[in-house]
Amino acid sequence: MRGRVIDRGFVVLTAFAVLLITAMLTVVLGNIVWHGWEQITWEFLTAAPRQGMTEGGIFPAIYGTVLLVLLMTIFVVPLGVCVAIYFSEYANRESWLYRWTRQAVNNLAGVPSIVFGLFGLGFFVQFVGRRVDKALYDGTLTYGQPALVWAALTMAVLTLPVVIVSVEEALRAVPQSYRDASLALGATRSQTIFRVVLPQAMSGVLTGGILAVSRGAGEVAPILFVGAAYFLPHLPTRLNDQFMELGYHIYVLSTQSPNVEETKPLLYGTVLVLLVLTFLLNFTAIAIRARLRTGAARAR
Amino acid sequence: MSIMTTTRDFPLLKTQVEQRKPLPGEPEAKMTVEELTIRYGPRVAVEGVTLPFYRQLITAIIGPSGCGKSTLLRALNRMNDTLPGVVTQGRVELDGKDIYAPGCDVIALRQRVGMVFQQPNPFAKSIYDNVAYGLRINGLVRSRAELDDRVERALRAAALWDEVKDRLGKSALQLSGGEQQRLCIARALAVQPQVLLMDEPASALDPVSTAKIEELMFELKKDYTIVIVTHNMQQAARVSDLTAFLLSGHLLEFNPTPQLFTTPAEARTEAYITGRFG
Repeated sequence: MRGRVIDRGFVVLTAFAVLLITAMLTVVLGNIVWHGWEQITWEFLTAAPRQGMTEGGIFPAIYGTVLLVLLMTIFVVPLGVCVAIYFSEYANRESWLYRWTRQAVNNLAGVPSIVFGLFGLGFFVQFVGRRVDKALYDGTLTYGQPALVWAALTMAVLTLPVVIVSVEEALRAVPQSYRDASLALGATRSQTIFRVVLPQAMSGVLTGGILAVSRGAGEVAPILFVGAAYFLPHLPTRLNDQFMELGYHIYVLSTQSPNVEETKPLLYGTVLVLLVLTFLLNFTAIAIRARLRTGAARAR
Repeated sequence: MSIMTTTRDFPLLKTQVEQRKPLPGEPEAKMTVEELTIRYGPRVAVEGVTLPFYRQLITAIIGPSGCGKSTLLRALNRMNDTLPGVVTQGRVELDGKDIYAPGCDVIALRQRVGMVFQQPNPFAKSIYDNVAYGLRINGLVRSRAELDDRVERALRAAALWDEVKDRLGKSALQLSGGEQQRLCIARALAVQPQVLLMDEPASALDPVSTAKIEELMFELKKDYTIVIVTHNMQQAARVSDLTAFLLSGHLLEFNPTPQLFTTPAEARTEAYITGRFG
């Protein structure tokens, strides 16, 4: 009898836990949508902030975010795919090199994102950037300062483990018999990887990209010191320009504005835009992936 | 060239081996295996096997699970190289040249010695691209027309052309199991190998598809040296000219198929083919 009471109690408890998090999510999203949706006007999406950020829109931040995420993807996907290929196809599981690099990737995933920000500042901006300036620009400050390219690279390092893990999983899921078939036809290992294994694992590569993008779009800490700007009168056009970014803009609006009360409606709108943008990016990639899965074979 | 077998571990076999006559007509060995020993780490999978494979004949390798027959087959195109920890000793000759000699081009070897696997394993590409794969990666064709031609010939040789000619652009994964296996045969034939290794090519197929594969083997043996590993003794009896019986990595008996199945020289061969173990 007592066991049954405990059993029922446990069911109620788990149901309550589910209800609780659902309620929390509803409150958070509901609050944002409720206050934010009336901010979403054409002007809000296409204009720059005005009047100390109490008026105008957030277009530069949207633009900067998309640019940042795109650049990051260009850096992180090829690198992540290469590492995953090494781990899955070439590395000897027993070797110390494999174990060390594997452990390094695992640890990379556990590093707090602010540390990546500091790393980006120290390594990319001050170390690499300064040397680029000395070598190519006679020491004129060009790349030795916070810039879009450094922010994208920092973000790429942050999201690298995500890409590696998902690509590697997809590569391992390709049956050995495909590799055998290819090798038995006189293909080299690299031909086998690029023509058989990798195409088969394409959905994993896209998943990696998706996860990296959604992680990257939501992070603020890594770019605090390496390129995100409080306000810019113009859009970034070169790799060494600074940029505005949605997450950072939210931080600025909520804490750095001279008039926090007046910026509040804009803040809600910005948060809503960031959420929708992240969802959209994810959704697009998931749709591509679903299409790749159903149409597994390419037409002739 | 006489038919040889290992005698070291089975001294009783010795007299029988020495007395055996070569095959009528003295066929020519395309490949020979001499004193081949293969180890997976500490485990010996194949030990001291000596065996010829003749042109235009089908040689079946039979034996119970784990007897080393697949390992032996995979030694013939060095597919064991892809497995970690495999050590191969002895000689394997193709046209008199040792394929394990240093400097042997494994890629070129595998073009000459094709392989069909137990499970049909077409790539997730179109039917056409599957057959064209080996030709493309090896740069064996110069024009689209030549590629089309080679693909068609390979599909005809695998008796699949009429079934798929109107849907070459469709995914190979939409084919039935039997069709997929014939596609894999076509894919192997497209690069024009000289030897065809078949690792239980029909074990995953229904009887009708199996019959089609066997029919196909009869056609193919005119042009190829075929080595087939099989679990299925009826199949070995039906399709092969010569049969090698492997047990625990040792070659117990190698004889013309009718002889091996009617008057086996070894008591253990008889025990196996009559189903007393396996």
